[in-house]
Amino acid sequence: MNIFADSAGPLLSALGTTIMMAVIAGVAAIVLGTIVTAARISPIPVLRGIAFVYVQFFVNVPLLVLLILAVFALPDAGLLLPLTPTAIIVLALYEAAYVAEAIRSGVNTVGTGQIEASRALGFTLVQTLRLVVVPQALRAAVQPIGNVMIALTMNTALAAAIGVVELTSEANKLNLVQAQPILIFSVAGLVYMALALIIGLSAGRIEKRVAIKR
Amino acid sequence: MAHAPTSTAPAMVQMTAVQKHFGDHHVLKDIDLTIAPREVVVVVGPSGSGKSTLCRCINRLETITSGSISVDGVELPSEGKALARLRAEVGMVFQSFNLFAHRTILDNVTLAPIKVLGQPRKEAQAEGLQLLERVGIADKSDQFPAQLSGGQQQRAAIARALAMKPKVMLFDEPTSALDPEMVSEVLDVMTSLASEGMTMVVVTHEMGFARRAADRVIFMDDGRIVEQNTPADFFDRASSPRAQAFLSKILPH
Repeated sequence: MNIFADSAGPLLSALGTTIMMAVIAGVAAIVLGTIVTAARISPIPVLRGIAFVYVQFFVNVPLLVLLILAVFALPDAGLLLPLTPTAIIVLALYEAAYVAEAIRSGVNTVGTGQIEASRALGFTLVQTLRLVVVPQALRAAVQPIGNVMIALTMNTALAAAIGVVELTSEANKLNLVQAQPILIFSVAGLVYMALALIIGLSAGRIEKRVAIKR
Repeated sequence: MAHAPTSTAPAMVQMTAVQKHFGDHHVLKDIDLTIAPREVVVVVGPSGSGKSTLCRCINRLETITSGSISVDGVELPSEGKALARLRAEVGMVFQSFNLFAHRTILDNVTLAPIKVLGQPRKEAQAEGLQLLERVGIADKSDQFPAQLSGGQQQRAAIARALAMKPKVMLFDEPTSALDPEMVSEVLDVMTSLASEGMTMVVVTHEMGFARRAADRVIFMDDGRIVEQNTPADFFDRASSPRAQAFLSKILPH
């Protein structure tokens, strides 16, 4: 176990980077995904079209391709960002498409009667969405969104491929020195599992707390 | 009997030459209907006759193909904020209650007054509790819709609509989804509302309510208003063969 103790500092800092990327990209993906869903179910055809294309694009292009594209294409477009923020932005944009799909499945659980009642009371479309549809849809979407967050956390490992020093990248570095791949990557895998477990349990707790009393 | 409609008052609801199609299906045919303020109109007819659609057209939950509808002298706006404002003045009670499942009963009643009318929360809650008291479920104010019986939910839905102080109330088969023993508690609330002078359009199969509370009964069949009359004349001396056939099927012999 000495090999981990000797590199504890860099490893912990790399784990911090992984968690930071997951948290920032996760929050951004939930916000953006909610907006995309709102556009997707709006009565304005242009918005619906844009949201549909957005989801289809990000669901049908591999994340690694997007990351590499962003690293090389964005500087060409005059946008020079450090690698970690670039990875976070790409992760957020990518996972927002999956969040949008999760929330849309939640929206489908909200009956049309709820929407008719809102309209009959004089709510505008935005009020209907904000006060009635989204709160109920999010409740139904807590577990699916939790699964997207777990996938997002696992996907942060791909940022290693574009040079972000996060957990997988640091584990790889350590392996180059120590040549103990099975041990090192097993431990890295266990850490990812622990993160996934925390997210999954949190989602379960949130779901219980916001559950609609029946 | 409630209030004799006065012919001089401007119409609360005016439908003129209204046509409605669902695809190829012609659901409403040449509907002309004038409802006076404080009038209680009960719409009856066989299922598929278009009576629910007629009710839902009045606040534009259904759009019409042609013709015109106005409420209190204002032509129904097409979409957007103007339509929302008009809907705020028209209360609606649905067959399936449609209470907001994620909100308490009191929240259900106060949400629209606070968000649509801009009423202060404290005031809305005080008035909301009074309304819940009036429909007999003040003790349920902190509970969620699914914790209430159907009859209680429907009474809460009536209170929710009344909280907006509507000019007219639409009831779309309000008791059709209820267990038989809960029908009367809802009808009692509606009857007292009628006697207080609320303008009401009620689509129902409850002929006892029609007799007791209606100023006018409208009989629809196949998308048309076939016959309209006072309840006494309609039930005892229906003139059209279709109304007679309908009544002979539903009235106890």
